[in-house]
Amino acid sequence: MSAGAPPEVPRASGFQGPDAPALSDLQNCIHCGFCLPACPTYIATGQELESPRRRLHLIRGVVEGKVEPTPRLLSHLDLCLQCRACETACPSSVPYGRIMEDARASVMADSSTRPREWATRARVLRQVVARPRVLRAALWFGRVYTRSGVQRLLRGPLRRLLPEPLANLEAQAPTLNRTPFRRSGQLAERRGDGPRVALLTGCVHGELYPQTHEATVRVLAHLGCEVVAPPKQACCGALHAHAGDADAARRLARRNIEAFEDAEVDAVIVNAAGCGAAMKEYGRLLRNDEQWAERAERFSASVRDVLEFVASRDFQRGLGHVETDVTLQDACHLAHAQGIRKAPRAILAAIPGVDLREQATPDRCCGAAGLYSTVQAAMSREVLDAKLADIATTGASTVVTSNPGCTMQIETGLRRARRRGEVLHVIELLDRSYAAGFEESRA
Amino acid sequence: MTNEALIRDLRDALGDAHVLHLPEDLIAYEYDATIERARPDAVVFPGSTADVSAAVRIANEHDVPVVPRGSGTGLAGGAVPVLGGVVVAMTRMRRIVELNAANRIAVVEPGVINLDLQAACEPHGLRYAPDPSSQRICTIGGNVGTNAGGPHTLAHGSTVNHVLGVEVVLADGTATWLGGRQADVPGPDLRGVFCGSEGTLGIVTQICVALTPLPHEVRTMLAIFDSVEAASEAVSAIISGGVVPVAVEMLDQEIIRIVEPQMHVGYPLDAGAVLLLEVEGLPEAVAADAASVVAACEEAGARELRVAESAEEREGLWEGRKGGIGAIGASSPNFYILDGVVPRTRLPEVMSQVNALADEYGFRCANIFHAGDGNLHPNIMFNELDEGATERVLELGGEIMRVCVEAGGSITGEHGIGLEKRSYMEWIFSDADLDSMERLRLGFGAGERFNPCKVLPTGHGCASGHAAEMRGHLATPGVYI
Repeated sequence: MSAGAPPEVPRASGFQGPDAPALSDLQNCIHCGFCLPACPTYIATGQELESPRRRLHLIRGVVEGKVEPTPRLLSHLDLCLQCRACETACPSSVPYGRIMEDARASVMADSSTRPREWATRARVLRQVVARPRVLRAALWFGRVYTRSGVQRLLRGPLRRLLPEPLANLEAQAPTLNRTPFRRSGQLAERRGDGPRVALLTGCVHGELYPQTHEATVRVLAHLGCEVVAPPKQACCGALHAHAGDADAARRLARRNIEAFEDAEVDAVIVNAAGCGAAMKEYGRLLRNDEQWAERAERFSASVRDVLEFVASRDFQRGLGHVETDVTLQDACHLAHAQGIRKAPRAILAAIPGVDLREQATPDRCCGAAGLYSTVQAAMSREVLDAKLADIATTGASTVVTSNPGCTMQIETGLRRARRRGEVLHVIELLDRSYAAGFEESRA
Repeated sequence: MTNEALIRDLRDALGDAHVLHLPEDLIAYEYDATIERARPDAVVFPGSTADVSAAVRIANEHDVPVVPRGSGTGLAGGAVPVLGGVVVAMTRMRRIVELNAANRIAVVEPGVINLDLQAACEPHGLRYAPDPSSQRICTIGGNVGTNAGGPHTLAHGSTVNHVLGVEVVLADGTATWLGGRQADVPGPDLRGVFCGSEGTLGIVTQICVALTPLPHEVRTMLAIFDSVEAASEAVSAIISGGVVPVAVEMLDQEIIRIVEPQMHVGYPLDAGAVLLLEVEGLPEAVAADAASVVAACEEAGARELRVAESAEEREGLWEGRKGGIGAIGASSPNFYILDGVVPRTRLPEVMSQVNALADEYGFRCANIFHAGDGNLHPNIMFNELDEGATERVLELGGEIMRVCVEAGGSITGEHGIGLEKRSYMEWIFSDADLDSMERLRLGFGAGERFNPCKVLPTGHGCASGHAAEMRGHLATPGVYI
């Protein structure tokens, strides 16, 4: 190397590979700052450092080769919940979600910049979450833990035994006391000229909250749908995409497209907002794959969140009384990523006896954000505490939402605060209403 | 190194958690909502007036500039630390200290968000009148700095009309109140001097603002015209007819064609201009005022008039205005928003000159602005990746400002002078005027400690103007709008 002045030519982009964030996406940002008050991490810190505008500025700096993707810089990107509330707030339609996913994918693709914990995370997602057998085995321990009664003891009389950090971790563990939902094939028969739909059963959803799947199938059946669960379907890959493991996300996407195409259905129904958002984006995920791009687009166009689907149909027949006061937690990936806010409210408004008490900011993240509650525990907790305070002001006894991550997170928060309260998917409340309606009609 | 000593002193005084100094962190404070970029040496987050005083004293000891900052939404480069130094970010000081509904005043810290103050006032039937379009995130401190306006400035006045007193930290680090809790205090109006001083005289640490009652009734109307001329004629006719609406906003054809396909608010694509008009007051007065506005619009040749019948419809009519700027962002890679003022009666000719200039430079230009007070906002659309485009846009911006001045107007309606427009100050002020301002600044003892190179076209170590000329001085990257 010769000495002398450093080269004046622009340095190469710090983001390499096919997933590098596009300058045309970044250019839409006009730096107006409207995203700041929508961002949970900006609200928590009051610092520009943890704002969407700043993250976009950093990503752009790296793309243009003006800033190095140092570990410290990446740690700021990693503190993003990817809730996409900034997209809702943005007057310029900056596609923040995909810019952040692209940035993370580029970091992961480059072994020289990839932080070790990012790699570990991706490995866990590949080796455990995407593999049902391993996942089920891992959850088996949790099941034993719940069923043995140790969990109940540690959460009750013996709760002072655990040191604080362990107790916090324990509070996050779900209560695995139900039989998992592992059914596939035909789940409900068609009535009349109802549509044929397929249900995504997902990776952890059926293991942790089988009751949501059961309620979903009953509701769809009530609406006359034939419901099938393609046996070859896989995890949706949302967590992989959020963690920057684009390859794993693409592999899972291809498997799902194939599995659901085989089922030949009118719509693919998803009852986890995070999964639905990811599957609606398969088209974009596989855009550079000649063989799959078109199929992926077609597939994405057939994906419906279950609440979106139900609200678009004649669902009001057969509703019965459910006396309860509820508050709705808009799942970020339903409200911000899929733009669906009216459907859950229309359903709740239609159920007799349900009193919906809106939070001040129902569409602000609860801090679950996939793996975030584990990998960014402190910030997740801060975001959750703000959410719990908002929920408390409504005085509602039940929290309804539309994503298993949110359910788990809010349950954790209520448990830690030793507050009572049930957390349900909106579809479960609807299912109860249909059951009540059935009873009422017999009486 | 001096820098290390500066940072050590700041950390000792304010606590490690409230001082940023690493390069990766400082990048977050090199920008505001303009194209300007410059990196500070440190950023501090004071929690109290005493913290601000301490930061100012330390900056004095180390002889570095002090630049106050709110949410960084300024549109004139006011919060960009051109010569480095210490950025004092007021975002931690966000308490509403007192809300006195009986006396209709509030005392707030400068980091309070404008909309949060509005929300706190509402249950008492009150409001804080200035409503900049960025009110969701801009701070009251920043509003004082730029003397911010908004769509409702026409009837209610800008920030200076609603600030009763300010607590400020002066150049020697002492804190004092200017003005007070009443509208009228004896002696010269030093409070007024601080409004619009853009952080060049000191740092505001508390603000006492006047609150006004919420209107009994509001009526919002949309009038559609075939031309900007006809719409402008209507504006003049309405106001000379004795009715001052609280808002008169105009959207020209270019912006209509950007907004409508994206937002579907119901603007006809072949319309030459639309006016969004709002009147408020007691129900009887509102009905009469609205009738007079409708008559004036019809007289001027409005082809259609829509009156909002419900709060929802009202929101709908405002939607196109509020989302308009964003819609430009989504349809053009970059745009540059200008802020000039002209006498209302000269709107049509100035707008045609502005559009002709934009044509000449080869840029699309969309206008969405406060027509009632002649406050223009031409938005020039371009792609910064095109060779030399940014420079030409800035040049065009200068020419447009010149047109405003020559029409008897001014170089800013509400965004402030900041860095971007200081070189234009000479167009509207004589040397004697500027000299008085300079002496005022010296009188406050600020010298060039506070926000150097802003507002006034002089200063040591400051280049003469905006990004195009400053490029060489800025430690960074790039420009984007």
